[in-house]
Amino acid sequence: MSEELELAVDRTRCDGSRLCAELLPERIRLDDWGYPIFEPGAIPAHLLPHARRAVAACPLLALRLRRPGED
Amino acid sequence: MTNRLLDGPPLDFGAEPYAQHRRRLGPLPSAAGLLEALESSGLRGRGGAGFPVAAKWLSIAERAGGPAVVIANGSEGEPLSHKDRLLMSTRPHLVLDGALLAAAALRADRVFIVVAEDLARAPAVMAAALAERPEAEQEALRLVVAPARYVAGESSAIVNLVESGTAVPTYVPPRPHVKGVGRAPTLVQNVESLAQVALLARRPASFPALLATLHAAGSGPVVRELEPSTLLGQALEGVGGSLSQTRAVLLGGYFGTWIDGSEAWELPLDPRALRELGHSFGCGVVAALPVGACGVCETSRVLRYLAEESSAQCGPCFYGLRALAGACERVSANQAEPGELQRLQRWAQEVRGRGACRHPDGASGFLLSALRVFGSDFAGHRTHGRGGLG
Ligand SMILES: Cc1cc2nc3c(=O)[nH]c(=O)nc-3n(C[C@H](O)[C@H](O)[C@H](O)COP(=O)(O)O)c2cc1C
Ligand code: SF4
Repeated sequence: MSEELELAVDRTRCDGSRLCAELLPERIRLDDWGYPIFEPGAIPAHLLPHARRAVAACPLLALRLRRPGED
Repeated sequence: MTNRLLDGPPLDFGAEPYAQHRRRLGPLPSAAGLLEALESSGLRGRGGAGFPVAAKWLSIAERAGGPAVVIANGSEGEPLSHKDRLLMSTRPHLVLDGALLAAAALRADRVFIVVAEDLARAPAVMAAALAERPEAEQEALRLVVAPARYVAGESSAIVNLVESGTAVPTYVPPRPHVKGVGRAPTLVQNVESLAQVALLARRPASFPALLATLHAAGSGPVVRELEPSTLLGQALEGVGGSLSQTRAVLLGGYFGTWIDGSEAWELPLDPRALRELGHSFGCGVVAALPVGACGVCETSRVLRYLAEESSAQCGPCFYGLRALAGACERVSANQAEPGELQRLQRWAQEVRGRGACRHPDGASGFLLSALRVFGSDFAGHRTHGRGGLG
């Protein structure tokens, strides 16, 4: 069973640790202050394991995966 | 027919007393059929975002479960806006009627009236008005005084203030209309929107008028109640403005957009028509920038203000708005770095949608409109010009 997922971040928690961008550079780049900018849309299936690792690596638990359109 | 919020005793008499309000408009009507009336009126929120009122109410009305909460948003954090304080100081019972009608329609058992502390007589008038209402109504009503900060009026910040006394935005989801005060579904509605509801419940076939804060070039704010067909130029001429003295118009306040003077003059002040033309009436601010004033300097000043009003919780908002203000100030001081304008464009795009609330989005839209309308000032900034927004 495959499920469409995208990244969402709690901006009040994120403090720009940059780990997510290192683990998923295909979908996450950093702005000039070190905060992540996400490629919009669903994560392709082959990148999902990396996305899960990025979520798990966030020291502030700011990152999560959600279904597109979900709050 | 138009429903006019400011009908009644002359405005310089101050607050209309409850007895007079009842004589003039009758008692609080029933909320039966109100949702349908709101839907067919097409009433949209007057706090800035212009969201349809009926749609927000429906999402709360259709829930299962316990009582909801209603919050009247009288924060008026926008420095160029004066309409909410005028409304609260002169027609407080229209606001209370609207909030109580919302509570009846949405099965809410608590109603909070949030008023910013700096709004002249508004907090004291609202407190006195609450005390005039029947005891049964008073039991549900509470007045909450909010700090005078720009982001304190954002809906999650209002919920946070009511719950914990801290008026800063919180991460959503859940959104207030799903889970707000005490996890109850919570309606946050601007005070003018609620006053419009109070009139629509009595005269559902009439059109809502619009409260606007008008700043003609070189003169202070005047609040006027406008028919939705008024042209922007007519409105400013009515308070002493003229196209020949107007370089550009800021429509919608600090979260709004700059429009070139001659284009602005012909625009209808009708929220729906404006939206179709790609503009927004926002919170009803129409502010003229005088001919001879400098677009870069004015834009820098507003951006610095918005940067300082960030609640500093989200990196892209805190650092991004400071960087944007700094870059504008360098242009204005003729100290632009190479590529400054391209970088300003890129930063303005990049901060959008990257805060817990829409503060950075508002600042970004404002700046992008400045870059369009004052493109030549930004490209070859030399002198500072004279005059600014009222
Ligand atoms: C940073 C920020 C500040 C805001 N300040 C106000 C305010 O002072 N007054 C207000 O009515 N709405 C303000 N809003 C809009 C509210 O979040 C909300 O949309 C509004 O109160 C809903 O009422 P309405 O639909 O009747 O406009 C602000 C929004 C943002 C993002
Ligand atoms: S986006 Fe800005 S104003 Fe809004 S919560 Fe984040 S830091 Fe505060």
